[in-house]
Amino acid sequence: MTSIFILFLKIFVGLMLMALVVVLALLFDGVDRIFHARMQRRVGPPLLQPVYDIVKLMGKENIVPRRASRFFFMLAPWLALVVTAMIFLYIPVSSSRAVLGTEGDMILIVYLLAMGGVVMAVGGFASGNPIANIGAGREITLMMSYEFPLAIVISTLAWVAYKSGMPGSPFSLETFASGSVWRAVGEVGDVGLVCLFLSLAFVVPGETGKGPMDIPEAKTEILDGLIIEYSGVNLALLKVTFALRSFAISAFMTSLFVPVSLAGIVGTGGFFIAVFDFLFFWVKVFFVQMIFVTLMRTSFGRLKIGQASRLYVMKVAGLSVTGMILLSIDVMTR
Amino acid sequence: MATTYTIPVGPVHVGLKEPVTAWLELDGERIVSARVRPGAIHRGIEFMARERNPIQVIYLSERICGICSFSHVLCFIRAIEDLASLSVPVRAQYIRTLVLELERIHSHLLWAGVACYTIGFDSAFHLGMQMRERVMDVLELLSGNRVNYGVATFGGVRWDVTPELAKAVRETIRYYRREFAPFREIVMEDPVAQARMRNVGVLTRDDAVRYSATGPTARASGLRVDIRQSSPYEAYADIPVEPIVPQDYFDTARGDVLDRFAVRVLEVYQALDIMEKVLDGLPEGPFLAEPNLNKVLASLKKAEGTGWGIIEAPRGDDTHIVRLKGGEDNVCWWKVRAPTYANAVSWPVMFQGNELADAPLIINSIDPCISCMERMMVTDGSNAGIVTKEDLLKRCRQKTFDLKAGKFPGGFNGFKGETKR
Repeated sequence: MTSIFILFLKIFVGLMLMALVVVLALLFDGVDRIFHARMQRRVGPPLLQPVYDIVKLMGKENIVPRRASRFFFMLAPWLALVVTAMIFLYIPVSSSRAVLGTEGDMILIVYLLAMGGVVMAVGGFASGNPIANIGAGREITLMMSYEFPLAIVISTLAWVAYKSGMPGSPFSLETFASGSVWRAVGEVGDVGLVCLFLSLAFVVPGETGKGPMDIPEAKTEILDGLIIEYSGVNLALLKVTFALRSFAISAFMTSLFVPVSLAGIVGTGGFFIAVFDFLFFWVKVFFVQMIFVTLMRTSFGRLKIGQASRLYVMKVAGLSVTGMILLSIDVMTR
Repeated sequence: MATTYTIPVGPVHVGLKEPVTAWLELDGERIVSARVRPGAIHRGIEFMARERNPIQVIYLSERICGICSFSHVLCFIRAIEDLASLSVPVRAQYIRTLVLELERIHSHLLWAGVACYTIGFDSAFHLGMQMRERVMDVLELLSGNRVNYGVATFGGVRWDVTPELAKAVRETIRYYRREFAPFREIVMEDPVAQARMRNVGVLTRDDAVRYSATGPTARASGLRVDIRQSSPYEAYADIPVEPIVPQDYFDTARGDVLDRFAVRVLEVYQALDIMEKVLDGLPEGPFLAEPNLNKVLASLKKAEGTGWGIIEAPRGDDTHIVRLKGGEDNVCWWKVRAPTYANAVSWPVMFQGNELADAPLIINSIDPCISCMERMMVTDGSNAGIVTKEDLLKRCRQKTFDLKAGKFPGGFNGFKGETKR
């Protein structure tokens, strides 16, 4: 009886959370556009412009190109949105609890992030447009490049959590949200953690497809690339997906490296502390997103796919391996 | 042997300012070969000129291009002055030089901004656009217009440089000396911009000679060519101009997009110096030889012969050749050779060995002005015949009637079978 009740409660809370993150992602997108504009000495769009765009696109016709593979073309935006929104079920949003925290871990989150990208690439390939094909090819190339440093970051952190005896399962994100990984290591380990943090910061633009890594959707080169043929509801879904991806990777980074919470400071739980932490979490995500997405995309131009790939495979991977070695030294010498 | 596929960049493309098509044959992202097909924006301006007298053509020539509007005007006017042997007061020559240099700043800033936009560096693009506003304000103060200034006329200029305007120009020079350096540093020292522009779209010195590149495109390849130096006109005879080539400022001239960027950036500083010298040496006197346009027209009606006007426009050398027949009101014929026409032939060379991502940047790197360039169209003759404006209007109305009567052009099934949502 109680297990069925908990199941329904989880479904209810999960749906509410998904609705909330979609709204928040669009609002953060609006803030992102305003900040981006202000840094370029422009006024920028109104805060709700992404919402207006979505509402308008929802009323528009879906056009399927004649040469497209209709099934995959129509499926891709829905699937991309769903898998991206699902990430939030596994991210501990308040006081170190995720809705489905016991059912999935960091590996699943990485897979869901990757799947969102793959599904969009499939949609691009399915559209039958050569330009979308190039965009999809670039998306896959970029993904293969940044997954390596990302995997190193996550496995190293899990290993540190396991070795240093942080409470909880080593691969669970809840472990990192409840007990700070910064406290688990010494001085050498801190340097290693900074390396991992920077590696993840480099991966963020690649995951979100913004900033110097907006290569698959490069507007002035391949005319929005893999989403070139999408219109109407499909485009609206893809726009929500893009907003959600920025939001999700920022939330992921926040849970891993910025585990500051009131419950952690006070040391006890409680309803009001939980509510405060729930709100405080989004504030943290906001700052992470503004720094690593908005500021990055304002400061740099776009790289070419070869250059971006080399950057990830050589430099960022090197940085993360350095972090891994430093953390290994730290953990093993303690 | 990898399979290649063909992708068009253009005719209407986000990264391009004007319609031109580059058909790129790609192997993955690498460009195997490129074919450039202009022809989307021919307007038949020379044909229109044959129904107008020279003074009317001044304002027509202004509309050849929106950026180098003064260069084309001045070039046309110099061609007419050449054939009719009209003299121009020295003050007018100085004012013309001033406007030419203002226009050069305007053009180069616009180009620098667009180049940044092409590589996705929107912040620098907006910065460039913002700085360009200042020079447009000065031009508006002089002429009342932001784009088509209407400054020059036969035998002089129509607007004088007042002390207030001179003050405004001096302030603008100070503004650019102060504000332009950050922009230059932001772009030229940015690692991403360097990665995007260095060794991209290379035009070697030999190729620049072989394909007759002009203007900043040739200078970036290391050629010391500048009509302001080699064949001075207007006030450039008094103000020496050294061609700006990258090897004087950096170690060597590579002829890539970053060199073209650097040359244009340095030319902005050069233009500021020239403007200062023009203002310092601005002689007193009349700024228009003959204010009565009817008298000018009457003398032009008697004139007979061919005149040349060649000047250094912001994009390279601009040449106009005009022929007038004695006793005729209208221009007999007129030939415009815009700098882009000379530079565009280098495009296929520049494309070689680059990536698709570079294509819009390479097209933009010569600062193309397609509407300047397209002076003639060749058709295959299958649809021969001239459609007049009245014909077009009639056909347009007929189509609407047909649609209302339920007759649709082939293949289109009307509005009844709407696509299912």
